[in-house]
Amino acid sequence: MAHNPLRQSPLAHLGLIARAGQGADDAGIILTEAPFTDHIGLRGDGADTAFAGAVEKVLGFALPISPNTVTGKAKKTALWLGPDEWLIVVPFGAADKLIAALGKALTDVHSAVFDVSDSRTVISLSGANARHVLAKGCGLDLHPRTFGPGSCAQSTLALAHILIHQTDTAYRLYIHRSFAEYLWAWLEDAGAEFGVSISTP
Amino acid sequence: MFLIPCPWCGERDEEEFSYGGEAHIERPKDPDALSDAEWADYLFMRKNPKGTHFERWNHAHGCRRWFNAKRDTVTHVIEAVYKMGEEKP
Repeated sequence: MAHNPLRQSPLAHLGLIARAGQGADDAGIILTEAPFTDHIGLRGDGADTAFAGAVEKVLGFALPISPNTVTGKAKKTALWLGPDEWLIVVPFGAADKLIAALGKALTDVHSAVFDVSDSRTVISLSGANARHVLAKGCGLDLHPRTFGPGSCAQSTLALAHILIHQTDTAYRLYIHRSFAEYLWAWLEDAGAEFGVSISTP
Repeated sequence: MFLIPCPWCGERDEEEFSYGGEAHIERPKDPDALSDAEWADYLFMRKNPKGTHFERWNHAHGCRRWFNAKRDTVTHVIEAVYKMGEEKP
């Protein structure tokens, strides 16, 4: 559950906070773990106005209906995962209230709302060479002509499943908890030729 | 790299997909009425054409949706993709 007092990031043992700021100033990539955001899974028929309208009323914005896009604001975003599936990301501790509100609004609508906060952690990847590092292990076309801020996509990175969301400043990589250490190590290794700097959220 | 066009996500690397075999196999409406041979035909016998093949794919690492594809088994050209429940092109 989201309020476990013993919560621990899957990268806690890597001592990332102590290593922050040690990289070169001109490092090509900047890695940051952004742990402990709350994630809510939402299923329903996006074409059903009763569902979409009820969700929009609770969230304050409409769910993304076109594939692989994101709507919302910095502190509450909805990512498209499938034609009837979304991931809603909110700050730590905000999930319980939102799940209750969504559940109430969707009482009479065929839908599902569930807390998946602890299933993934987020690694934020930025810097001049961020796209080059991802290209080493991911088959997605991340060129700005097809993928830009406000886009998201599920794919594989170095054979591990990821959800990528590009914001105005970084790629946010949603990574399943058990893959977090592997992918962090892979990113540091893949970024070594450009220089890696670690930052704190 | 073999690109497969998902009806929702567009062209993606083959690695993201899993294959689901021949499409448009309907479960018999009244299985009890079938002979063993007919039931075996439904369960096990699949087409293996040289040329156009209608088959199912799952975008396993993407949107996780099943869809149908019309693929040429000789050239591997995917001539059409269409959603589950839609008519054969």
